[in-house]
Amino acid sequence: MTSVGVLDELKKLQILELLEQGKRVDGRALDEPRELVVETNAIPKANGSARVRLGDSEVICGVKIQPDRPFPDMGDKGIFICTAELLPLSDPSVETGPPGPDVIELARVVDRGIRESHMIDLSQLVIEKDKSVVGVFADNVVVDYDGNLFDACAYAATAAILSSKTPKWELKNDVPTIVEGKESEVPVTTIPVSVTMGKIGRHIIVDPNADEWVCMDARITITTDSDGNICALQKGGSDGFSFDEVIKCGEISVKVGSKIREKLKQAKAGNQ
Amino acid sequence: MGGRESELVLLDENGIRCDGRKVDEPRRIMIKAGGLKNADGSAYIEFGDNKILVGVFGPRDVHPKHMSNTDTGILRVRYHMEPFSVTERKNPAPSRREIEISKVIKEALEPAVMLDKFPRTAVDVFIEVLQADGGTRCAALSAASVALADAGIPMRDLVAACAAGKVADTVVLDVNNEEDQAGQADMPIGYMPNLEKITLLQLDGVLTPEEYKKCVETGINGCKIVYDLQKKALHDKYFGNGGD
Repeated sequence: MTSVGVLDELKKLQILELLEQGKRVDGRALDEPRELVVETNAIPKANGSARVRLGDSEVICGVKIQPDRPFPDMGDKGIFICTAELLPLSDPSVETGPPGPDVIELARVVDRGIRESHMIDLSQLVIEKDKSVVGVFADNVVVDYDGNLFDACAYAATAAILSSKTPKWELKNDVPTIVEGKESEVPVTTIPVSVTMGKIGRHIIVDPNADEWVCMDARITITTDSDGNICALQKGGSDGFSFDEVIKCGEISVKVGSKIREKLKQAKAGNQ
Repeated sequence: MGGRESELVLLDENGIRCDGRKVDEPRRIMIKAGGLKNADGSAYIEFGDNKILVGVFGPRDVHPKHMSNTDTGILRVRYHMEPFSVTERKNPAPSRREIEISKVIKEALEPAVMLDKFPRTAVDVFIEVLQADGGTRCAALSAASVALADAGIPMRDLVAACAAGKVADTVVLDVNNEEDQAGQADMPIGYMPNLEKITLLQLDGVLTPEEYKKCVETGINGCKIVYDLQKKALHDKYFGNGGD
């Protein structure tokens, strides 16, 4: 995924040449993400799910909701955990076995974007304080790779959470028991949208595809919420950004993010 | 960063923070270049109650060999916390958090080091957090830059690092552990002051676009304070009386 061969060097030259003319390899504008296709409830056995295609990157996210013990110092809050995994069928370079630093970073950045936006109101997911709470687990699996998994996984997880239905539990003899007929939506306060931008030379491009991804000098992922606030950020890659670039990327993420947010809302509405 | 409620007064009516600092004041910082005998370069930093030791080896042969690159040297960074560095004993095995921090520190240092001069070699940076108190990645990155310079690795600039954040609805410099737990946002920044380039940037917590800009500005000012202390540490070792 990150190895740079002779072919990539040649691609980089071509990509840079095009960028100098304000163009991209696949004809997009610099601040234009690829087409996003969201299908919710792809996995009916999960409490919520989504199958997302961002260009040719494809991610399936399933949400499982189940009772759990609260974290020791967080007895009045439910649990939210988001993971991401690259399946070996997604790209010839992916190997089975424990995840490498790239995949660990991917999972943590996707989790952080949703967590820090306070998308899910965890205070509403308490069965009994300090004893039993509801856990929301959003697990992403990448099934096809074409760059920018940060956003593909974040959109899949967000769409899957929006489509989720949670059972209601109460404690009977200290055992959480489902109360029949009391399913409800997961309490959502805002819709976080991450926008990943690559820096190639002096150009900033939104949603890099696989070819652009290998020849980026640096990247930045910024998550914004429904109010247009910035709630999480991660810089990566072997180069830096100037102050002006960092501010500009913030503005792009708010602008591009608001369009994608509408798309995620539609996907949820279309599902009902 | 949960914005947990607590009894702690994070910012009083005079604009003084829970540890007595002003909003734009960093914690006490002490940086020492050198100190380790076997490492090719080393540094020790105390950043508030953080105590971090960094050792650098290389450029040297790459093991395993397949990692080596014929075009350039490679940089490898391990950020590691001692089990006794935090309140509750930490499992000594590398956590996912430590693996991520190792990666972001590596990518923050790469723009500074001129590894293309040493193809097929590796420069290894070992960061050991002896005591942690919030903001370890910034302190570690600042010390790692000094250790690389101490090892004589050619560099374009030192990377200085400091966090900014939002506490009690106010943008402040250098968030400490209590403020991190109870505050609203934390933004670690790594910056090369001479090249005016941000090489480490992370954020968790909600900021308006105006606060976001203020936070980056505040953090960069903190980096400039750290930068002077980094240069002083190197100066003291090589031109002052502190040499060994």
